[in-house]
Amino acid sequence: MSALAAYVTAVGRAAIGSVSALGRAGYLGLDSVRALRKVSLWAPHLVGQMARIGVDSVPIALFISTFTGIVLALQASYTFTGAVPLYFVGALVGKTMILELGPVLTGLALSGRVGANIAAEIGTMRVTEQIDALETLAYDPVAYLIVPRVLAGALMFPMVVVLADAIGVLAGLGASMALLDLSAPQFIRGVRLFFEPFDLQFSAIKAISFGITVTSVGCAFGFHTRGGAEGVGLATTRAVVVSSMIILVLDAFWAAVLLR
Amino acid sequence: MSIELVNVHKAFGANEVLKGFTLSIKDGSTTTIVGGSGSGKSVMLKHIVGLLRPDEGDVWVDEHNISRLDQESLFRLRRNVGYVFQFAALFDSMTIAENVGMGLRRMKDFPKEEIPSRVSECLHLVDLDGYEGHLPSQLSGGQKKRAGLARAIATRPKYILYDEPTTGLDPVTTAVIDEMIVRMSEELNVTGVVISHDMKSAFRISDRIAMLYEGSVRIDGTPDEVRASDDPIVKGFIEGIPELMAVKP
Repeated sequence: MSALAAYVTAVGRAAIGSVSALGRAGYLGLDSVRALRKVSLWAPHLVGQMARIGVDSVPIALFISTFTGIVLALQASYTFTGAVPLYFVGALVGKTMILELGPVLTGLALSGRVGANIAAEIGTMRVTEQIDALETLAYDPVAYLIVPRVLAGALMFPMVVVLADAIGVLAGLGASMALLDLSAPQFIRGVRLFFEPFDLQFSAIKAISFGITVTSVGCAFGFHTRGGAEGVGLATTRAVVVSSMIILVLDAFWAAVLLR
Repeated sequence: MSIELVNVHKAFGANEVLKGFTLSIKDGSTTTIVGGSGSGKSVMLKHIVGLLRPDEGDVWVDEHNISRLDQESLFRLRRNVGYVFQFAALFDSMTIAENVGMGLRRMKDFPKEEIPSRVSECLHLVDLDGYEGHLPSQLSGGQKKRAGLARAIATRPKYILYDEPTTGLDPVTTAVIDEMIVRMSEELNVTGVVISHDMKSAFRISDRIAMLYEGSVRIDGTPDEVRASDDPIVKGFIEGIPELMAVKP
């Protein structure tokens, strides 16, 4: 009986903890929206954050998309052998990169690079009382720390993702020309066959939502960090896990809403 | 009264830290709050600047009830309050000059071109001349605390709150910091509230000493009154005799 009571207590505590964490995140979201009007606090940091979150993420995004494009081309060719014209490799690479793998793989990679970085940085500021110090110096920490990061994420993720889409398709083209019996005009014919301008919009919409997710989840976990180094480590891990899960849920959500 | 805490209660989960804490701090005085580790001294101090809000009771600063102020009014009030953090809480990506000038940059009525000279003046007051371009990581523990003090005084606040300013420092550096706290009170005429468990320091710098024990004020008086107290809890704490403190009233 006592074991059962302990189990029920543990489940109850976990449920209360999750609900209050959601509540805190909700309040932080509201505070962030309100803090948008404090332009003088966030605007000076926006460009710096855009460089850190966007420009510095380009190498890893391009690395992932290059190899994804190559693998997609080779796997398509392997699958189509004999049954489907080979120029359909271009169609599959283009469609898959732009609609799915470009945004999702970039989003997941950046949840590790950007989300972990933000959670660790803000979490360290929290446990070393730097956020309290900001408040005592009359700085709204939400406007000063969170707003520029989330805005930078929303603005830069689509640019990184569209670049990753393009490089992935080009890598697919290179692999097709070098390793398959497929010429550039044939590959491009395949890409153009099913390409819709909306595909790029879809990719960008997903990227914006992923950018907001990764940065705001990183900020929320960092902002509510407790304890010392262990707390910062925990916040960082949770930020990456939770933002990765939300990215996958959002991926399905956008497909259900915009592709039907 | 410039700062007044009235019947303040604060709990974190089941842990009730402040249980009806009441204290008045007079303008121009330096009051030290002493008490054992984990007794809630820092929690009390954070209430004065609105970093924490009481579950019950009121905190008055300059006739403003901190617990009822909206965020903007609280930020305005904080310009009158300097806070020296236990571990300095310097922004580690900024130079010392940038740290000290942070509060000034938020003051719309303070000319931007005068920030460097005010920063140098504050660093001079804490004997850190020439450290403007250093990063916090290049400073020793005592220097960091002094830089934190320079940041707190830069906006010329009416009040300075010191959270354990001498913890972890050697006796000589402790004496230097103590001397600076006294100097801030005399030269800048600020009201100081100091959190400490170092009785030697407390007797050296304070006009009044209050002891926080089990969530409320055990004694509040001049250093001589505290020294002369025959309350076993107070005596035990001052003289470092835990056996005396184990005696329940």
